[in-house]
Amino acid sequence: MAIEVRIPTILRSYTGGAKVVEGAGDTLGDLLSDLDSRHAGLRGRLITDAGALHRFVNVYINDEDVRFLGALDAKLADGDSVTILPAVAGGAFGFAAAAAISQHSGTAAARAAVAAR
Amino acid sequence: MLSIERSIIDAIVAHARRDHPDEACGVVAGAIGSDTPTRHIPMDNAARSMTFYEFDSMEQLRVWREMDDRDEEPVVIYHSHTATEAYPSRTDVSFAGEPGAHYLLVTTREPDSEEIRSFRIVDGVVTEEPVRIVEAGVDPHAVQSYMFGQSPATVDYECSDR
Repeated sequence: MAIEVRIPTILRSYTGGAKVVEGAGDTLGDLLSDLDSRHAGLRGRLITDAGALHRFVNVYINDEDVRFLGALDAKLADGDSVTILPAVAGGAFGFAAAAAISQHSGTAAARAAVAAR
Repeated sequence: MLSIERSIIDAIVAHARRDHPDEACGVVAGAIGSDTPTRHIPMDNAARSMTFYEFDSMEQLRVWREMDDRDEEPVVIYHSHTATEAYPSRTDVSFAGEPGAHYLLVTTREPDSEEIRSFRIVDGVVTEEPVRIVEAGVDPHAVQSYMFGQSPATVDYECSDR
């Protein structure tokens, strides 16, 4: 089962410079493990020590943000296209980031609720 | 060094003023490898915060794909600080994921003047760089030539300092 994965500039050191690689897996988590077997270290840049998708990246399956599809449990099918982008974020105060992040998950939940309607 | 047209800087400042006191953010795209920002794309601050900014992930996907289709890359990624100086915070550094981009910061803390600074952020290391503002209509890479037979009064000889 082939899934096309688009790699951002900052992670191409793990793919020998390749912009697009192929992988396999029934879920996003499986796919990242499969990719890591050929591109060692890539998974570690996308997943935290706690085993969740990293805050600093956005991952999309086709046109959807995987945060709305179950994150690492998001289902994949043959021919899907996965895009990885660095999240673009920041701001004036380091210590305010935690609050903003929790606010973001609230926003994400609200958006997911809207999408489910 | 970042070279950027005055009209783009003016548009970025106007965006930052418009969204003040919330932080504003966006991108200036340019042809891959050109290091020349040409297309200003103001982005929504999905965090709508005075101390944090974040691109909306769906808008980002659309804009990044569009750049891809046009053989462009994010030459400049900008945001505003609305109460502090234009210097990258620890949050800015930990998120900085485009090693090729110029990270432009503008502060709107003073109502009448802006501070604009540019940084490279690579592997957590912040390096400030000079910003050269280029007047519109002047191609900074053009070779200047004197057109014989034309009156200097009707020819714009303004050029960059290269």
